[in-house]
Amino acid sequence: MSILILAEHDNQTLKPVTLNVLAAAGEIGGDITLLVAGHGCQAVAEQAAQAAGVSRVLLADAPAYAHQLAENVSKLLLNLADDYEHILAAATTTGKNILPRVAALLGVNTLTDVLGVESPKRFKRAIYAGNAIATVEIDEPKVVMTIRGTAFDPVAATGHNASITQLDQVYESDDVSFRHEALAASDRPELTAARIVVSGGRGLGNGENFDLLYQMADKLGAAVGASRAAVDAGYVPNDMQVGQTGKMVAPELYIAVGISGAIQHLAGMKDSKVIVAINKDEEAPIFQVADYGLVADLFDAVPELQASL
Amino acid sequence: MKILVAVKRVIDYNVKVRVKADRTDVDLANVKMALNPFCEIAVEEAVRLKEQGVASEILVVSIGSKPCEEQLRTALALGADRALRVDTDVLPDALSVARVLAKVAETEQPDLILLGKQSIDSDNNQTGQMLAALLDRPQATFASEVKIDGDQLQVTREVDGGLQTLNLKMPAVVTTDLRLNEPRYASLPNIMKAKKKPLEVKTPADLGVSISSQIKLISVEPPAERSAGIKVGSVAELVEKLRNEAKVIA
Ligand SMILES: Cc1cc2nc3c(=O)[nH]c(=O)nc-3n(C[C@H](O)[C@H](O)[C@H](O)COP(=O)(O)OP(=O)(O)OC[C@H]3O[C@@H](n4cnc5c(N)ncnc54)[C@H](O)[C@@H]3O)c2cc1C
Ligand SMILES: Nc1ncnc2c1ncn2[C@@H]1O[C@H](COP(=O)(O)O)[C@@H](O)[C@H]1O
Repeated sequence: MSILILAEHDNQTLKPVTLNVLAAAGEIGGDITLLVAGHGCQAVAEQAAQAAGVSRVLLADAPAYAHQLAENVSKLLLNLADDYEHILAAATTTGKNILPRVAALLGVNTLTDVLGVESPKRFKRAIYAGNAIATVEIDEPKVVMTIRGTAFDPVAATGHNASITQLDQVYESDDVSFRHEALAASDRPELTAARIVVSGGRGLGNGENFDLLYQMADKLGAAVGASRAAVDAGYVPNDMQVGQTGKMVAPELYIAVGISGAIQHLAGMKDSKVIVAINKDEEAPIFQVADYGLVADLFDAVPELQASL
Repeated sequence: MKILVAVKRVIDYNVKVRVKADRTDVDLANVKMALNPFCEIAVEEAVRLKEQGVASEILVVSIGSKPCEEQLRTALALGADRALRVDTDVLPDALSVARVLAKVAETEQPDLILLGKQSIDSDNNQTGQMLAALLDRPQATFASEVKIDGDQLQVTREVDGGLQTLNLKMPAVVTTDLRLNEPRYASLPNIMKAKKKPLEVKTPADLGVSISSQIKLISVEPPAERSAGIKVGSVAELVEKLRNEAKVIA
């Protein structure tokens, strides 16, 4: 069997989540090819070639692939698909945007956000905001799916040396063009890969008060997340949202501050190893999943916590 | 300009579903059903475009059995003009849904097709992308802002790193994210009026499509239950526990 994986990257570095997808591919079993599609991304291909388990790297380097537009990348994947039984990507906004399009071009169904491999055709995924874990069997000649990174331990990033083959097919749709992007710049660890996550909710009251969490996070080397309510209220940008319809995180330590614990929020963080909740309402549902609950006003507790770290 | 909106009947977002005792599926008996929140946002966006004079007609489509007409009526009450239900008793897979919608799009020729980014039951997040592929049209998923200028669509998307803005030539497919708009409540007079709006029913055979289910549900299990831990009395106690018991901080 052979597996094609679409690498996640920003044209400069291979995103670590690709290593988790490689682990999932390892569980399926088979010869693994990693596709790096981008622009000016030779360095990414070189990093990809070092990852454990990769047999070969395909590099498609062209302006048309610079922004991972689904219209262009899906045609590239379609063109390569003949040789593979499985086509995988990370369940990121990039993977979720592109892979269903590939599946439909191939005339097959697709599985989103897979968190367990039972056999090459049988997988586990969460449904109903994580309130149920389904085991499903897909009856298609090709299996196209996105993988939840936090559900698989990453393979080694280095130590390997796969061949790199340049591809020269360029697919460019006239119907879509990239205009601009506003990407959050942060020195903190990436939310989905951080060992510790500190998250704030509506209880923070405004955006300035998030500074309390940023300071604490910096002391802990943590990433900062948020509830949807905090994002909707404009306290923080959308890329910080944790939950069913935001990011899935599973750090060793998750500290929820001023978050009530709605099921949609829990869906994104309840696989964390240790959960701490700080909330002034002792009835808040977040306490039902917290290993350590502190009933307190966050404006007293967070500065004190930060001082004692 | 004509807009097609795909809407799905799902469990109400406030309901916490439970796995059936025999683990064959989740228990949906007597639970409250509703319009998928992302579909509601899609309908709202279409209605706003109509109110701005940009759109002239809004068609809402749902694929499912008779009860999903309730959600189509809701969409009509929110401001859609007419509705189509494509009847099926089997649970269609996403490719089948996309194929039905593609057929409807071929006859209706909408300039813009709006879908939710995700159904909150299956958490699939794929139908819009599949539809765009079948129609060979551009897609803008996870939209938080949509602007129309002639036959050009400018869409801002919520991506993992922040926001990305694309230009698309219509016809195009857009899937909605939560912050695109805040849907209105249907007023009582509009709910009454919606009862008289046209709601057509077709079969997949009428459209020349067959519905399949290529993804078989083998079993369902509850997620690993977390039991509530302990309440600590002070910040000092919390720090002590995190250091010495959980050993997650230095
Ligand atoms: C389709 C859909 C998808 C959704 N997806 C997501 C998602 O992905 N992620 C997500 O998070 N939500 C999501 N939601 C929203 C979710 O239902 C909740 O509305 C949201 O999580 C609530 O955020 P919150 O806990 O910050 O706010 P609230 O529920 O308002 O809770 C604020 C908490 O702060 C506490 N508090 C207030 N002041 C203080 C203080 N001074 N000190 C200590 N505690 C204080 C309060 O006691 C309260 O518990 C979704 C909803 C829908 C309908
Ligand atoms: N049975 C259906 N009928 C109509 N639209 C649907 C149906 N299933 C999915 N959709 C549309 O596709 C979107 C994304 O759903 P999904 O890909 O299932 O997460 C939904 O928000 C709807 O707009």
